[in-house]
Amino acid sequence: MATELKTRVKVPSSASAGEVVTIKAMITHPMENGRRKDSEGNTIPRSIINRLVVDFNGQNVIDVALEPSVSRNPYFQFDAVVPESGEFKFTWYDDEGSVHETARPVTVT
Amino acid sequence: MTMNRRMFLGTTAAASAVLSAPSVLADGHAKPRVVVIGGGAGGATAARYIAKDSEGAIDVTLIEPSKAYYTCFFSNLYLGGFKDIEDIGHSYGGLAATGVNVIHDWAVGVDRDTKTVTLAGGDTVAYDKLILSPGIDFVEGAVEGWDISAQNAMPHAFKAGSQTELLKAQLMAMPEGGTFAMVAPPNPYRCPPGPYERVSMVAHYLKANNPTAKILIADPKPSFSKQGLFEEGWNTYYAGMIDRIGPDFGGANVSVDPAAMTLSIDGEVTNVDVCNVIPAMKAGRIAELAGVTDGNWAPVNAADMSTKADPDVYVLGDSAQQGDMPKSGFSANSQAKVCANAVRGALTGSRVFPAKFANTCWSLIATDDGVKVGATYEATDEKIAKVDGFVSTTGESAEIRKATYEESEGWYTGITSDMFGNAV
Repeated sequence: MATELKTRVKVPSSASAGEVVTIKAMITHPMENGRRKDSEGNTIPRSIINRLVVDFNGQNVIDVALEPSVSRNPYFQFDAVVPESGEFKFTWYDDEGSVHETARPVTVT
Repeated sequence: MTMNRRMFLGTTAAASAVLSAPSVLADGHAKPRVVVIGGGAGGATAARYIAKDSEGAIDVTLIEPSKAYYTCFFSNLYLGGFKDIEDIGHSYGGLAATGVNVIHDWAVGVDRDTKTVTLAGGDTVAYDKLILSPGIDFVEGAVEGWDISAQNAMPHAFKAGSQTELLKAQLMAMPEGGTFAMVAPPNPYRCPPGPYERVSMVAHYLKANNPTAKILIADPKPSFSKQGLFEEGWNTYYAGMIDRIGPDFGGANVSVDPAAMTLSIDGEVTNVDVCNVIPAMKAGRIAELAGVTDGNWAPVNAADMSTKADPDVYVLGDSAQQGDMPKSGFSANSQAKVCANAVRGALTGSRVFPAKFANTCWSLIATDDGVKVGATYEATDEKIAKVDGFVSTTGESAEIRKATYEESEGWYTGITSDMFGNAV
């Protein structure tokens, strides 16, 4: 990928113990499905984010396999229970082997 | 130009006669009188068509503070370097030559009981029919930290002219690798594709002159006009340069600090070099002062653009709450012709045709890469209703996109001569 990828997540900074919170996670990525052709008729090789993993304090929250039909800038929204203060860790896996990580802390009040 | 300065163009004697006349209405004087406030795509067109088609049977006065009018449409092309500022500037000499009394002053009040308009200079102008086409004003407090006094530090550039030139100067002065930020407006607003065409034009300039610079958009809207077309173009020409933060990630939770030149999105503060703040919009102030608005806009009847509040007061263009048409120069021009036809019919008994409207919004994404969206409309009892529409598609050939851009240039020449006449 010639251009840098941006990750963007939204996690509440605080929650009460056991509260269900909404989490949003996006990565900017063209998600080339491997079937398109360029203007010269050459196939554009597949290049997608193939997996997103979200962990909380080392415990897995979601583990998603992405397929070539997923559209550009894949965006996930899901609910999670926050049992204690800690950190959500987001990891995106690129076809090209690179891994993109970001993390957000949550304080239980 | 100072606020109170008043200028006459062309037919000075005729204009003075109107001004010095006492406030006598239709039954007391020879000719019915139409006053138009605002000399843009709606007002200039309406004034010109009524004057031209009534062939002297109606006195037409246009009140517009600016002596030179810069079109908001195509002003983004000036930012991108495709037009000079002179290319989008127009004078009112052609309208004066058509027989319109052009008064360069601010309208500061409307008395609907005595049917008079008060000017900042102190004079009053009497009307039988009043047409308001005052464009937009900004909703106060719409963007935390920004008000109109901050417009030099953080320009809106959504009224074309000196604001557009200021934004261009700031763009050109950006440090290498700097950040151009835009706070996009919520619906409804003037020129739905405008902010995104602007981003395209800014990116076009930066790619050639400052290629490591970034563009950051904070957007309260989940989606926007011609989004697929713009995003395809941004990915093709300006990959990695443009970052748009929508409402899911805090794009509606924005504040600015014009002194510190910072933009805060969802609490995350970013230093920016240029900040183009386009606040939420409402009808031009004179529509509010005339008492014909309901909320932020002026509700109108679709058949003739008369207001719901007063059958002798009409509102055109951006200020009107009319139904399905977008707030565009093309729409205002189209509504003005319907209105002019209806006003002439009411005052002189000329034939009134059923209301038909059309609009097209062209946008330029990069050199010779133009896209468009448009529709035709008809008047129903409730609103101006869309009949059918068209929009450019992603993946179109370069030939089609070039032809679309050339079509927009032809349209520009056409609409500006339709508004201002061909003289001067």
